[in-house]
Amino acid sequence: MSFVRRGIGSVFLKELVVGMSLTLRYFFRPKVTVNYPYEKGPLSPRFRGEHALRRYPNGEERCIACKLCEAICPAQAITIEAEPRDDGSRRTTRYDIDMVKCIYCGFCQEACPVDAIVEGPNFEFAAETREELLYDKDKLLANGDRWETELGQRIAADAPYR
Amino acid sequence: MVLKERPVLMVDFWFLYIWPVAWIVIKIVAIIIPVMLSVAYLTLAERKVIGSMQLRKGPNVVGPFGLLQPIADGLKLFLKETIIPSGANRGVFILAPCVTFVLALVAWAVIPFDEGMVLADINVGILYLFAISSLGVYGILMAGWASNSMYAFLGALRSAAQMVSYEVAMGFIIITVLMCVGSLNLTDIVMAQKTVWFVIPLFPMAVIFFISTLAETNRHPFDMPEAEAELVAGYNVEYSAMTFALFFLGEYANMILMSGMTSVLFLGGWLPPFDIAPFNWIPGPIWFALKIAFCLFIFIWVRATFPRYRYDQLMRLGWKVFLPLSLAAVVIVAGVLVAFDLAPQV
Repeated sequence: MSFVRRGIGSVFLKELVVGMSLTLRYFFRPKVTVNYPYEKGPLSPRFRGEHALRRYPNGEERCIACKLCEAICPAQAITIEAEPRDDGSRRTTRYDIDMVKCIYCGFCQEACPVDAIVEGPNFEFAAETREELLYDKDKLLANGDRWETELGQRIAADAPYR
Repeated sequence: MVLKERPVLMVDFWFLYIWPVAWIVIKIVAIIIPVMLSVAYLTLAERKVIGSMQLRKGPNVVGPFGLLQPIADGLKLFLKETIIPSGANRGVFILAPCVTFVLALVAWAVIPFDEGMVLADINVGILYLFAISSLGVYGILMAGWASNSMYAFLGALRSAAQMVSYEVAMGFIIITVLMCVGSLNLTDIVMAQKTVWFVIPLFPMAVIFFISTLAETNRHPFDMPEAEAELVAGYNVEYSAMTFALFFLGEYANMILMSGMTSVLFLGGWLPPFDIAPFNWIPGPIWFALKIAFCLFIFIWVRATFPRYRYDQLMRLGWKVFLPLSLAAVVIVAGVLVAFDLAPQV
């Protein structure tokens, strides 16, 4: 009897009607669109976006020029030069990240003993030229100042799982 | 000779020649402008409806609810450069989109928007419509040949075969309707549906007719001529800017025309669904527009639902399913009309 049922189904275009009723039901469902520039999806605290160099609350930069990040960087995107400062503390004189080389693996922030270099929540740093993506120390410190609130919250949110 | 007795006055010249021509031009403009506007907004409606069915919002940035999107698109196409491939036959290459576009518009001459609201109330209106929609294949064939490109040529060949195949079934379905009406005049066809729309007694024929119009306008799921997965863009692959825009406008104007044809043949044209108080207050052209919009929604709905047919399946459906079915429909309808003495007395 199955061929009779199949025959009736194909004469009355059963499959087509089923398909079209499905799309009609979807037509009235709420939309899942995120209106991107105006609305954004949620980000994990572990999201690895644009880099930043953080400071201590008193304004002193955290980085102590241990060069662990430079050593671990698999893409060799980080270049650091360092020498003692006038007050005797060891600081970087040059801290460059080639954001074009960087693979955003997050090893640098894992390696950092003082939470100085971090990858922030910002993913909207597209530029029109390569040169704009060769970040130097000033740019990274400025990023740190700009994103400090979020960076602190992210580290605090992720701390229980470390 | 009567005319010799007094000189031809400027007044005669005005009433005999200028005014009738001007009046026809006014009527043509009054038809073409709404058609072009609906084409523009059909593109937006299509993107919105398909977006909704895929749980997206569709264009909503340009203007409120994206209402200015078609204007932005049109302006963009207008400002782009028309590229003519060096291997193309220039004359035919330019002519092809014009042919497609003009044919999509001239067919509107016989479409009745209300009783007496028709540009050319000719007695073979349905034949004229059928002839014009068959001519549409020439624009596509010319485009495919003149482009001097393999993809365009394949698209054009497919289009020719497809349109010829489905016109056969469409012709037979139209014959069933004509047998119920006893006239080829579109106004008469609508008036014959005063008691009941033909979609009810002739439902299977209406379905076959609608599916054939999908194939006739090269719409999903029969968009073989421009199957982007196989042929990049088919017959219009070499076209850009305004030449492309004319193809695009022609395709969408054809969709609206075919919806209008379906409305006239099966959905009672400008007639309200019931000839009682709240329904017959609404003027006929609005009912007609609503019916066209309903058909267009189904066009888009089908596009959002079904995957593309394979080419041999398309041919099988046309020749081995629709042709025998529509032939049988002609015989059955004729038989019923004769057996129960329902045939219209002409």
